Amino acid sequence: MAQFVLPINSRIKKGKTFKAEGATHVKRFNIYRWDPDSGENPRIDTYEVDLDTCGPMVLDAVIKIKDEMDATLSFRRSCREGICGSCAMNIDGTNTLACTKAIDEIKGDVNIYPLPHMKVVKDLIPEMTHFYAQYASIKPWIQTQTPPPPDSERLQSKEERARLDGLYECILCACCSTSCPSYWWNGDRYLGPAILLQAYRWIADSRDEVTGERLDALEDPFKLYRCHTIMNCTRTCPKGLNPAKAIAEIKKLMVIRR
Amino acid sequence: MSLRTPLGRARGLGSAKDGTHHWWVMRLSSIALVPLMLWLIFSLATLAGAGYEATLAWAAQPLNTVLLILGVGVMFHHIQMGLQTVIEDYVHSEGKKFTVLIAVTFLAWLLAIIGIVAILRIAFGS
Repeated sequence: MAQFVLPINSRIKKGKTFKAEGATHVKRFNIYRWDPDSGENPRIDTYEVDLDTCGPMVLDAVIKIKDEMDATLSFRRSCREGICGSCAMNIDGTNTLACTKAIDEIKGDVNIYPLPHMKVVKDLIPEMTHFYAQYASIKPWIQTQTPPPPDSERLQSKEERARLDGLYECILCACCSTSCPSYWWNGDRYLGPAILLQAYRWIADSRDEVTGERLDALEDPFKLYRCHTIMNCTRTCPKGLNPAKAIAEIKKLMVIRR
Repeated sequence: MSLRTPLGRARGLGSAKDGTHHWWVMRLSSIALVPLMLWLIFSLATLAGAGYEATLAWAAQPLNTVLLILGVGVMFHHIQMGLQTVIEDYVHSEGKKFTVLIAVTFLAWLLAIIGIVAILRIAFGS
């Protein structure tokens, strides 16, 4: 059965509080901590951050905490401008990118957890191996039989190119997939919104010549049809994309080609 | 413990090349059930306080008999397919899953046939 209660060794305990001495403009960050080497349960540590000496985004605060308050805090980050997808985490109850989420958008304390229902490597770092393997399984590259025209690119009309808008922008941060209850319960077999949006990105590409094989590979009660239009994916996408619509387009093509 | 590669695990048993029919029939039965249920609710409301004989006579009218049978058939088909989805979502042990799926299918057929036979008996007055 699906698990609705955390196992004993995953229950979260109260952790330490790090004070911001002498600060006037303080925001409290409650952050999930878990160290696999300690053998202890996860805990919530509270950091009081002086906003007068901190950048505007949640990632700025998290980096400040690691730099100045607690070097043991672990998280992923790279581009700090919403294009790499590394700093995806659950902030204030919603999966999003720490680098594009402004601190002043959040009322009260800022609660930060790793992406939901993923195995945790340490603190805010989720285990992404299966997610990336699922991405590889949909063959996310152009497949053609026709050789490319000599000395030129494979051409697309403006309309054909426009069909990729809203799809090519996906940065595979996994905010959507890890917000999806169907992915929580059946992520071993269900591909999830991010991977299905990527799959549709290649189905919708006019230059690709294996659309039928791509649909064949997706036509499955678990790989595709675990999507029950819950729409968490679209609500949470930090890039403003609509994975639920991409999945609906795949389902439409499945019916049309029957 | 498994040393299978992540890609091997993600591909699993591959695509079942199935699911579209189930998805499509769920949509069709939902669409069909909207007018059928509205008709049923409206009819039952007008039958309120009509008494046993009058209700039997209503059910025995050909159009009502047809719509009642259609309603029972479509509804139990829809229920069975919907429960199948719920079970596949939440029951993860294969043994338990198939046991419950088989039980739900049998029960849906049984209840649908019971309902249809009852309607037919009223219609043909036996």
